Amino acid sequence: MSDLDDPIRESIQKEYQWGFVTEIESETFPKGLSEQVVAMISAKKREPEWLLAWRLQAYRAWLKMEEPRWANVKYPPIDYQDIHYYSAPKRPDARSQNMEDLDPEIKRTFDKLGIPLEEQMRLAGVAVDAVFDSVSVATTFKDKLAGLGIVFCSFSEAVRNHPDLVRKYLGSVVPHNDNYFAALNSAVFSDGSFCFIPKGVRCPMELSTYFRINAAETGQFERTLIVAEEGAHVSYLEGCTAPIRDKNQLHAAVVELVALEGATVKYSTVQNWYPGDKNGKGGIYNFVTKRGECRGARSKISWTQVETGSAITWKYPGCVLTGDNSVGEFYSVALTNNYQQADTGTKMIHRGKNTRSTVISKGISAGHGQNSYRGLVKVDKAAVGARNFTQCDSMLIGDKCGAHTFPYIEVNNTSSQVEHEATTSKIGEDQIFYCQQRGIGSEDAMNMIVNGFCKEVFGELPMEFAVEAQRLLEVSLEGSVG
Amino acid sequence: MKVKRILEVRDLHAGIDGREILKGIDLTVNAGEVHAIMGPNGSGKSTFSQVLAGRDTYAITHGEILFEGKNIIDMPPEDRAAEGIFMAFQYPVEIPGVKNNYFLKTALNSIRKHRGEPELDAMDFLSVLKEKMKTLKIDESFANRAVNYGFSGGEKKRNEILQMAVLDPKLAIMDETDSGLDIDALKIVAGGVNSLRGPDRAIVVITHYQRLLNYIVPDIVHVLMDGRIIRTGGKELALELEEEGYEEINNGAAQ
Repeated sequence: MSDLDDPIRESIQKEYQWGFVTEIESETFPKGLSEQVVAMISAKKREPEWLLAWRLQAYRAWLKMEEPRWANVKYPPIDYQDIHYYSAPKRPDARSQNMEDLDPEIKRTFDKLGIPLEEQMRLAGVAVDAVFDSVSVATTFKDKLAGLGIVFCSFSEAVRNHPDLVRKYLGSVVPHNDNYFAALNSAVFSDGSFCFIPKGVRCPMELSTYFRINAAETGQFERTLIVAEEGAHVSYLEGCTAPIRDKNQLHAAVVELVALEGATVKYSTVQNWYPGDKNGKGGIYNFVTKRGECRGARSKISWTQVETGSAITWKYPGCVLTGDNSVGEFYSVALTNNYQQADTGTKMIHRGKNTRSTVISKGISAGHGQNSYRGLVKVDKAAVGARNFTQCDSMLIGDKCGAHTFPYIEVNNTSSQVEHEATTSKIGEDQIFYCQQRGIGSEDAMNMIVNGFCKEVFGELPMEFAVEAQRLLEVSLEGSVG
Repeated sequence: MKVKRILEVRDLHAGIDGREILKGIDLTVNAGEVHAIMGPNGSGKSTFSQVLAGRDTYAITHGEILFEGKNIIDMPPEDRAAEGIFMAFQYPVEIPGVKNNYFLKTALNSIRKHRGEPELDAMDFLSVLKEKMKTLKIDESFANRAVNYGFSGGEKKRNEILQMAVLDPKLAIMDETDSGLDIDALKIVAGGVNSLRGPDRAIVVITHYQRLLNYIVPDIVHVLMDGRIIRTGGKELALELEEEGYEEINNGAAQ
């Protein structure tokens, strides 16, 4: 091969680039989970009584629940007593939210990750809430947003400053006992992001949360709550990375979205948790509950996710379409390479009249990766005239991976229309050869074919994110072409 | 005028899974010439074109392929393309979601990079593409459609010709370009190929039927049977074949 192939070879050798560890002093609770630990977390955050009661209620529910085993993924039992449930960077004053007080090491970490935390970076035009291990370390652009009545801050701060809002909406979409991992999160969530867009306000910039797991053997349990009042509009981005560690780490987050009448919430995720090494060692277990409710008429919730990381992904961002004429959308690219496993999809629950939903799912499996689409479309009796369109495409690269589809369709009236289309294709040797014959090297050819396959989903992402997503796919697929 | 040799194949043996398909092919093609290789089903026509393009499904067991004097047997397909070999596919491959113009720009720039030429930016590329589409009378909407995706048989073949025009190869191999085309589409495609004939380019047309050669008139015709070229002649050989059939020619060659 000529030396012109160097960039390709270089990129093949590239591995997970976000795997570094930040050396900081942190305060970590001893391993294990009990009512006492739940109370300690609550006390640490100086939470009101009602929130502690809610947490304990969730904890008690969790104790009676069983870990779900129906997903098409395999992993050894998790020892929930062998996890730290709280780890936070030490800072001069735990309650201070000033950028100046931020540990310079953490700031450097986010700089390395390309997340601008300083207001001076306002040109980037994205407001960022950064969560480092268990706590939110900085939120930018807060003042500017506050001028419009928008609240965008860490969850802990929201509990302190906007307790009524939190109390009104927390658990209203994902109840404390919704499922095993959601209950666990409800008991021990340490921080997260809160976002409130008042009536009639169109949020002028993308809001973004960046989650970073740093500490070892620590679970991350963050909670995001986004409320868009009547006619409000917000686009929200979420990014995630973690250091390379041999031991699996648990990430059990909950995201709740509420859209009132005529409101729009667009939620985009580029998930790049550490996926484990080439032999399947280490990596994040991403067991996440994400749900939005279109509570008001003509409201709209749109999920876009690009899932390239995690050892195991268990995640079904869904929409409950309560308001008449409300709209739910789900666009997803899930990639599994090496020994990664993903069981992901969506739930569209049609309750209101003439509700509409669209599901576009693209699953890519390479190496020994196992990729399952699991989707529920449920139409209630009252949801007359509801419509759903689902398109679910799988692509296989190589012959050791798998793609699976588990669609569940439940229609309880006769005026609704549900469509499901599914395809499975193999990146053909003939496709690669065709590109090669036109002068395009095999690695580039594969990236081009995969990007073409994912195009409808990438088209839904905000511009910068789309570019990042494309690059991530390329890095994640390196070496997949023999 | 000195003749420029483009392709020289010497005693080429190749096969798949231990089964020999090409059993000693010799072929010399010079710049400016159009060669036709005719043969019945299973004679090794498609194998030959794929081996020339570098498909690694086939193992070369013996012989040489010289392109402009250089042995290219160990060269990957993308490097052969960059050197100037183009193959129009019998069944052009669909690539959903990838636009024709993006695909072609990537291809052209990969080739330019390989040759040490500066890459074209989007604007420059677009003007090249538009000019070629105009010459070949191809509708501009082609540029924004996904590569061969949902194209009719005729459109796919025209798209191959468009790619050939943009990539400007020294050697173009047309693998059964006539298959699946009705007479009107055939005429259009042949017209495209003819417009790309030139003193610096060699074209090898591989076909089962003489019909295509009414429109792309070859300088030299070869008959391929059972992995060997059994006869070589002028364009009249194609007509002879049409009348007598492959068996008859084969018997004649054997005597």
